[in-house]
Amino acid sequence: MKDNREITYLEAIREAMQQMMRVDENIFLIGEDIAEYGGAFGVTVGMVEEFGKERIRNTPISEAAIIGVATGSAMTGMRPIAEIMFSDFITIAMDQIANQAAKARYMFGGKATIPMVVRTAGGGGTGAAGQHSQSLEALVAHIPGLKVVMPSCPYDAKGLLVSAINDDNPVIFIEHKLLYKNNKYIQYVPEELYDITLGKGDIKRKGADLTIVATSFMVQKSLIAAEEIKSEKGIDCEVVDLRTLRPLDMGIILRSLEKTGRLACVEEAPIFGGFMGEVAARTAQEGFDFLDGPIMRIAGRNCPVPYSPVLENEMIPGIERIKAGISKMF
Amino acid sequence: MTGIKQKKARKKYLEIGGYTIEDRFSGLDSGVKTEMLKKMYQIRNFELQTEQFIIRGMIHGTCHLYIGEEASAVGAVYASNRDDYITSTHRGHGHCIAKGADLDLMMAELLGKETGYCKGKGGSMHIADVESGNLGANGIVGGSIGIATGAGLTCRMKNNGKTVICFFGDGATNRGIFHGSLNMASIWRLPVIYFCENNIYGMSTSVKEAFNIKKISDRKHAYGIDGLTIDGNNIIEVFNVVSHFQQKCRQGEGPVLIEALTYRWRGHSKSDAQVYRTKEEVKEWMEKDPIKRYSRELLDSKVLTRKEIEDIENEVADDISKASDFARKSPFPDPMTVEEDVYA
Repeated sequence: MKDNREITYLEAIREAMQQMMRVDENIFLIGEDIAEYGGAFGVTVGMVEEFGKERIRNTPISEAAIIGVATGSAMTGMRPIAEIMFSDFITIAMDQIANQAAKARYMFGGKATIPMVVRTAGGGGTGAAGQHSQSLEALVAHIPGLKVVMPSCPYDAKGLLVSAINDDNPVIFIEHKLLYKNNKYIQYVPEELYDITLGKGDIKRKGADLTIVATSFMVQKSLIAAEEIKSEKGIDCEVVDLRTLRPLDMGIILRSLEKTGRLACVEEAPIFGGFMGEVAARTAQEGFDFLDGPIMRIAGRNCPVPYSPVLENEMIPGIERIKAGISKMF
Repeated sequence: MTGIKQKKARKKYLEIGGYTIEDRFSGLDSGVKTEMLKKMYQIRNFELQTEQFIIRGMIHGTCHLYIGEEASAVGAVYASNRDDYITSTHRGHGHCIAKGADLDLMMAELLGKETGYCKGKGGSMHIADVESGNLGANGIVGGSIGIATGAGLTCRMKNNGKTVICFFGDGATNRGIFHGSLNMASIWRLPVIYFCENNIYGMSTSVKEAFNIKKISDRKHAYGIDGLTIDGNNIIEVFNVVSHFQQKCRQGEGPVLIEALTYRWRGHSKSDAQVYRTKEEVKEWMEKDPIKRYSRELLDSKVLTRKEIEDIENEVADDISKASDFARKSPFPDPMTVEEDVYA
């Protein structure tokens, strides 16, 4: 950790877990290769030395059982944080997530409480191709009973993870692989514990001409695109980071739109059925009077994430595509 | 010899499935033995009443009746402590009643009423009473095996001396979650009794068609755990075997895979024409009625008289008709509550 508290996204996530585990002994981590190895991306490096193997609990490669066990332990008084190595693998645990964790409380008439976090690494750009690069947030955000969080920077990652751990519901916490260790996105993060309310978005850049709504790594790309398009074309974009997909902060979107009159939704997932479709639909219904033109969606192409860098760059929206989309709106 | 010494001297051991198991049942207080019979009757009569509601079109969804399998639920639950956990299945009314559920609230739930266990949000397949240790019936075959394993991990991590009975059917053992969970429970030595009620059919598919092994309990070898096949219609055997492994679980020597052979007298659900089995087969199993068998046992051992058994039957009939009245008279939920209880 840097002395001046400028830390990476990964370090912020680890710090949230460490600090929470020190104050609540019911919190434990469960997942594949999270102990000595430190997790596939190194998020949990050093944690087994402090907390031991009971609380930094390595598992066999059994995602369904990991989530099932997390659910059952949460229902009986623990506060598990399950790590699913790649977000693609949540599909292996989908019964446990969608039919068990998400629904138990409702189906039991409010009698079960399931305070668990599923941390998982999403997104592409790593050359890992179709089964290790997906952005599956729409899949989980669709299911009532789940909360879905996608932090875009170290400060948010720490505060949002603290809230997710404190939350009494199953929270799917999707981290972006390209943010983990990237020094470009290091940020001052307070050492003390703090939380960021789930369901509240954040304006990452103020602007007057157009509202960009994004999450996770797409917030970072949008911020760069916004700077460039400002100097290139004088278009002044406001960048709204949703932080949490569910609950969704429609208020922050509508307030921004009222000012700018234009909405561009940016996401990494394939555009068809993507989460931003929900944002666009809600905006069309609730903010129609604020709109000066059609809502623009800038999103992944309708194919699996491909391997070759040339193809992968074509599939996932980059800064140029964001700028091109915005330019079309004027 | 004093009475106590006599009892000690008489400590009986049984050979069941390759294990030497103490006959703890015989040492039970006759009040408990009687209560076990009463629970079996409660399950039987609850299900018969439910069947009537189905016939009269009063059950909105489907129901999976437990008639014929009563010895499994009652024997297993009575071998555990009141504060131990259970998880149940889509055929879960029996487990729930054995665990001490309130019949009124159960029946109200089946009729979709506000007063039901789940305020009408779960119905037959989702009755739970988390506070009493019932972590819920489950509409997904095998769905609760992971949850039971997680509850077992809580018991282990909190070192609270509790155990978990995880009920599931033969069909569930071919789901992936069975494999992942039993393996995990084994490596962590979790206090979980995996209790497979092999009632021979997964919906319509016979175990002969779905397995290439003689006994489901043989799968214990794959996980390096204890396991055996027992007569699920013999409540005394169920009680003794589960008691034995409960103790092992509490000593950190869990988990175990128990396969209880039993049979559901009714179809899979309310819409089953039962073309996959013969009337003779059903009749044959009905002759192995677990309630009759246990009643005979209690008569022979002079725990109860015929009259006392009749009294129990009448008492249970009253309980069930009271539950039915309560359910029928209860109001439906306010439609405005539909989005409540999604989140804590």
